[in-house]
Amino acid sequence: MNIEELYQELIIDHGSSPRNCCALANATGSAEGFNPLCGDKVKVYLKIQNSTIEQASFTGNGCAISTASASLMTEALLGKTTTEALSLATHFKNNLTQPVQAGSEAPSLGKLEAFSGVREFPARVKCATLAWHTLQAAIKHETTVVCTENIRVELEPGNSENAEEIQQEEVI
Amino acid sequence: MQNKLTLVRNQFPILRQTAHGKCLAYLDSAATTQKPQCVIDSLNYYYSTTNANIHRGVYQLSETATAAFEKSRHTVQRFINAKSAAECIFVKSSTEAINLVAQSYGARFVQTGDEILISAMEHHSNIVPWQMLCERQGAILKVIPMNDRGELILDNIEQYFSTKTKLLAITHASNALGTINPIADIIKRAHAHNIPVLVDGAQSAAHMPIDVQALDCDFFCFSSHKIYGPTGVGVLYGKAKWLEQMPPYQGGGEMILQVSFEKTTYNELPYKFEAGTPAIAEVIGLGRALEFVTELGWDWISQHETELLHYATEKLALIPGIKIIGTAPEKVGVISFTLDNIHPHDIGSIVDQEGVAIRTGHHCAMPVMDFFKLPGTARASIGIYNTPEDIDQLVQSLERVKQVFYGKRKVQAV
Repeated sequence: MNIEELYQELIIDHGSSPRNCCALANATGSAEGFNPLCGDKVKVYLKIQNSTIEQASFTGNGCAISTASASLMTEALLGKTTTEALSLATHFKNNLTQPVQAGSEAPSLGKLEAFSGVREFPARVKCATLAWHTLQAAIKHETTVVCTENIRVELEPGNSENAEEIQQEEVI
Repeated sequence: MQNKLTLVRNQFPILRQTAHGKCLAYLDSAATTQKPQCVIDSLNYYYSTTNANIHRGVYQLSETATAAFEKSRHTVQRFINAKSAAECIFVKSSTEAINLVAQSYGARFVQTGDEILISAMEHHSNIVPWQMLCERQGAILKVIPMNDRGELILDNIEQYFSTKTKLLAITHASNALGTINPIADIIKRAHAHNIPVLVDGAQSAAHMPIDVQALDCDFFCFSSHKIYGPTGVGVLYGKAKWLEQMPPYQGGGEMILQVSFEKTTYNELPYKFEAGTPAIAEVIGLGRALEFVTELGWDWISQHETELLHYATEKLALIPGIKIIGTAPEKVGVISFTLDNIHPHDIGSIVDQEGVAIRTGHHCAMPVMDFFKLPGTARASIGIYNTPEDIDQLVQSLERVKQVFYGKRKVQAV
C-alpha cells in the first residue's frame, strides 16, 4: 500500500493546520481522551443547545492522523444532533475496523472518507479513533447534564426529590 | 572490518528478508535485538535432544538438561565477572530483576521515612517498582536531575545522599537518550556514604564489557533479548551478602529445601530466588548468545558501534529540521531525534514503508520526554549487524517523510 493513501492531502492539511483547535469557553460539555500506548492526548469541547451541536473544538497533541481526525470531526459535528453525532462516530469507527461488505450501501462519510486508508495500518487505527471515542464520552456526559438542566427548568424550585427521580429515568 | 561485518550479518537470518519490498534496515536493537543462527539452533537443539525438567529428575535426560542450564549460569558469571555463579539469578527480564530487588531487598531493608534514589533518565521499569515500594513502606523517592544534553548532574551528587538513603538504582545507559552514565564513579561516591547501588544494565550489557567486581555494584541486571539471546530471560546479579539476607521473592518449587505445613526451609543461593520451572531453553540460548558476543570480542563491537553511531549522528545532523535529543559525549548506539514538528508516529509509519524499523514514542521513559517537553521522539538504535547502508536508508526514508508532509503542502499552497 502506498503511504500517500494513508497521508492524504486532507489529512496532512488538517494535521498541520488543525481547525477548531482551541478550548471552548462556553462549552456545555467536554471529555478527555488519552492513548497511554503512544501518549496522544485530546480534549473535546462541545456547545450543545437543544440537543444540537452548535460548536465543537479540541485541544491536545498527537500525530497527524489523530490531529486531523479531531480537526475534521469538529467540522463534521456542526449542526448535528447528539444522536446523529453518536451515529457518525460509530459509522466512522466501523469504517476503519469492520470488514468491507460487498454491495452494502453505507452512507458516505464525506470528507471523513480520507481516513479510509487507515484500515490498512492497524497500528494507526487508535490514532484515528481517539477523538471519536472522546466525543462519545463528551456527549454521554452532556446528555446527562442537558437533561438535568431541562428538568430543573420545568420543575418547581425546591422540588428536588422529583427532579432526582426524573433525572434517573432520563439517564436510563 | 567490512568482511567481518558481512560475516556477522550472515549469522542473522531475519536480516535477509525484505520489508514492504525494501531491504530491512533494522534499527531497533535497543528494544530487542535479532538472534544469530547459533542461538536459534540452540533452542532447536535443546527441544530436539535435551528437553526435561531440571534439578529434579534422576534420569539421564534431566541430568543433561540441568548441566546445560547450569553451564549457562557459569557463562553469565564469566560474562559479568561475578565472584560466584550463585550470585547470578535467572529471572524473566531486567524488569523482573528490579522488581525482585524492590520487593525483597525493600521488605528487608526499607522502612518508613527511608529514601530510594533514582535518576531523571530511568526507564519506567526502574521507576515504578520503587514507587510501589515507597508506597508500601512509606518511603520517599528522590531523583538525581539531568541537563539539556541528557547527562546526569553529578557535580554535587552527595546532596542527594543521606543516612536514610537505602539504595541508589540507576541506569548504566539510557534507552531514550543513549547517555552512558559514569557508574564506576557514582558507585564509589555512593559507597562512601554506605549506600548500595543497583545498576540497570539493560542497555549496556550488549555494548560494553561488564565487570561487576571492578564496578563493585551491589546489584546488576540485564535482559537476554537485548543481547542477541531469546526473550523471557533476564539476569539479576547481586552480591551474596545482600542476597543471603533477602527473603525469597516468590514461593514454590525449586526455591525450597524442605516443606511441611508448619514450616518451609528455603533453598540456598541462587535457587532461593528461582521458584518454579525456569525458561530452560531460553537460559541455554542466553548462554549461547553470550558466547557469541564474547567470540566477536569487545574491541570489534565497540569500534564498529562507535563508528556507526558517529556516522549516523553526522548524517542525521545534515538533514534540515532534525534535532537530536541526547547529546552526551559518551553514548551507546541510540539516537533519539525529532524532525520539525512532525509527530514521531508519523515518522515511524512512513519510514516503515521504506523498510526502516525504528521505535517511536515515549520509549517507556515519559519523565525524560516531559523533561525535553516532547510527546515522544523517533529513535534509531544500533546493533552489531547494522551497516552504514542501514543508516543511509534511514536518512533517505526521512527525506521521504518530508516529501509526504511538505510536498503536499506546497501543492496545496498553489
